[in-house]
Amino acid sequence: MEMTGAQMVIEAMKLEGVDTVFGYPGGAIMNVYDELYKQSDFRHILTRHEQAAVHAAEGYARATGKVGVAFVTSGPGFTNAVTGLATAYMDSIPLVVISGQVPITLIGTDAFQEIDATGISRSCTKHNYLVRSAKELPLILKEAFYIASSGRPGPVHVDIPKDVTAELAEFDYPTHVDIPTYRPTTKGNVRQIKKAAEAICSAKRPVFYLGGGIIHSGSADLVREFVSATQIPAVETLMARGTLRHDDPLLLGMVGMHGTYQANMAMSEADLMIALGPRFDDRVTGKLSEFAKHAKIIHVDIDPSSIGKLVDVDYPIVGDLKEVLEVMIPKVKEQVDPDRYQPWREILKRYNEIHPLRYEDSDKVIKPQWVIERVGALLGEDAVISTDVGQHQMWTAQFYPFSFPRQFITSGGLGTMGFGFPAAMGVKRARPDKISINFTGDGSILMNIQELVTAVESRLPVINIILNNHYLGMVRQWQTFFYDKRYAETDLSFQPDFVRLAEACGGIGYRVETKEEFDEALKDAVDKGVVAMIDVIVDRDENVLPMVPSGGTLYNMMLEFKD
Amino acid sequence: MKVERRIISVIVQNEHSVLARITGLFAARGYNIEALTVAPIPDTDMSRLTIETRGNVRVIEQIIKQLHKLIPTFKVIEHEEMIEKEMVMMKFPINESLSNIQALCEAYNGGIANVSSQHIITMVADEPKRVRHFIEAAQRFHPVEIVRGGVVAMERE
Repeated sequence: MEMTGAQMVIEAMKLEGVDTVFGYPGGAIMNVYDELYKQSDFRHILTRHEQAAVHAAEGYARATGKVGVAFVTSGPGFTNAVTGLATAYMDSIPLVVISGQVPITLIGTDAFQEIDATGISRSCTKHNYLVRSAKELPLILKEAFYIASSGRPGPVHVDIPKDVTAELAEFDYPTHVDIPTYRPTTKGNVRQIKKAAEAICSAKRPVFYLGGGIIHSGSADLVREFVSATQIPAVETLMARGTLRHDDPLLLGMVGMHGTYQANMAMSEADLMIALGPRFDDRVTGKLSEFAKHAKIIHVDIDPSSIGKLVDVDYPIVGDLKEVLEVMIPKVKEQVDPDRYQPWREILKRYNEIHPLRYEDSDKVIKPQWVIERVGALLGEDAVISTDVGQHQMWTAQFYPFSFPRQFITSGGLGTMGFGFPAAMGVKRARPDKISINFTGDGSILMNIQELVTAVESRLPVINIILNNHYLGMVRQWQTFFYDKRYAETDLSFQPDFVRLAEACGGIGYRVETKEEFDEALKDAVDKGVVAMIDVIVDRDENVLPMVPSGGTLYNMMLEFKD
Repeated sequence: MKVERRIISVIVQNEHSVLARITGLFAARGYNIEALTVAPIPDTDMSRLTIETRGNVRVIEQIIKQLHKLIPTFKVIEHEEMIEKEMVMMKFPINESLSNIQALCEAYNGGIANVSSQHIITMVADEPKRVRHFIEAAQRFHPVEIVRGGVVAMERE
């Protein structure tokens, strides 16, 4: 059937089962928006900034595992979207971002709102396309969804010139794609899997190192089975939070720069590391030469370039984690003796007794960790938790009782301030059955505060909880520890009135200075089901601890800070 | 770790900006391309790139994995047992000895490509090491311009 390029874009969305597109119109993408206007098969959510559109699509994708979609226009529309693409790229999030481009005849002339969009997105997408004619469009769109969601997921950018969206061509949407140059390895090498299984059964101090790949591959259930069958303790990366239930006795907590003492000691003293889908980020490993010095390493990852990139691996297994675990778990179960690791578990338990994850609560001032624990106690599994970036993000990762995968939505790799609120809108759209909470900081929230308007207009009741310490907290913390308290440009004492700001946009604001007020505000916001800002004034000088200073060793953590 | 020279051939689909993808990968990760040769493969929709690069074992391994990861990459060949050739063209003033230049070029698998009223242009195609030697040896004829091509390589087997 013949149709215009713009109609093809809309049809492709329907055929891909897209139910939500986040975006912002503009000159070069107007033909697509005109077609969008004529349909009611899926919903378009108009954000107030393109960056937020992409983050919202990411929140949607992170909460569901489905491909998130955003439409933006050319030039500034696209450049605004780049931070979102880079955020998704670093965390392997499946996205398709469609941008308008100036007409083909004007490309390269420095036309109004022209930018080399594919040139810019090349380094922060899994793949990208500049569409040359409407004829190519069906295959490109099909490929875009396929590439975004298969193998190691990632964002795909499709740049469509305005004249291509107006051009007529035959629309024959492929039912499947076969890209001869792109065939991700999904089945792990059986011999390697067997050797890894033997290594697990003969280790004395093994530890599971659980990474984001578990969430992406949907193998959390298998991992839970694996951990329970072997009784081997496990650490989680930031991106893997929620793989194991918070109350699983084998969960040692988060690992790395702000990981727990027992998790970091387990990594340092293990004789075998079973790395399932992590990427050995420097925020986890600390000083590489001292990382897991005594351990043989099993690393399972779908991306071969992740294996051996930073540390030498003894048992490399390239494959889809789910497929690998389906083969590996029965092999381990055959011969494993969980009692074998009992002395090791005792050692780690002891570490936790000596230095548990803790903070000192206060009656005089609200501690940020208390707020997170309180939300956990009151809402628990009923909420999906997003965060921005900074101290509040680490406290959330440390103190929220996560119970299921995709319950924690955060920007790990890129560390994007301004991510949380739009992402939480995407979460609410994807999981209307859940309460969407965004823990944010007084620094972060201002980076996409305009989305209050979107959330209210689009009826996406996100509850933003600002852990307000009147500081750019994490940078302030580093200045305290490593820069002799020279607080260069991190004092945010001058602030907008967040309550009135929320109200000005049609939401509800609460200012909270006591624990009682917090409980009342949260209850009221949940009951009313509206867009809310709870501005919680917290202890100004609280630090995120423990901490491994950048480039330090995991076994040598700062457990407290004394002036 | 020891830094070594490696020749890598990459077979890619001929599509928009594929060369930029490859060079961008090197640039973004701080890897160095010493020489690069690109041409379409006859009767296919593929192109072949031959890349000369340097790095330690881990860097080279990452380069190869990253090249594999690009969507249009069909094949990456890490050359071990290869025939390797490079071309160089040199321009000399006309007052230099034509016969001496010709003899030198012939010793390096080349010859005189053009003689005009002002200049002699020679062309040599040989192993990269021998091309370097040729350039050194030709200095005595006061070259005014030197253009080296990139390396091309083919596995023996």
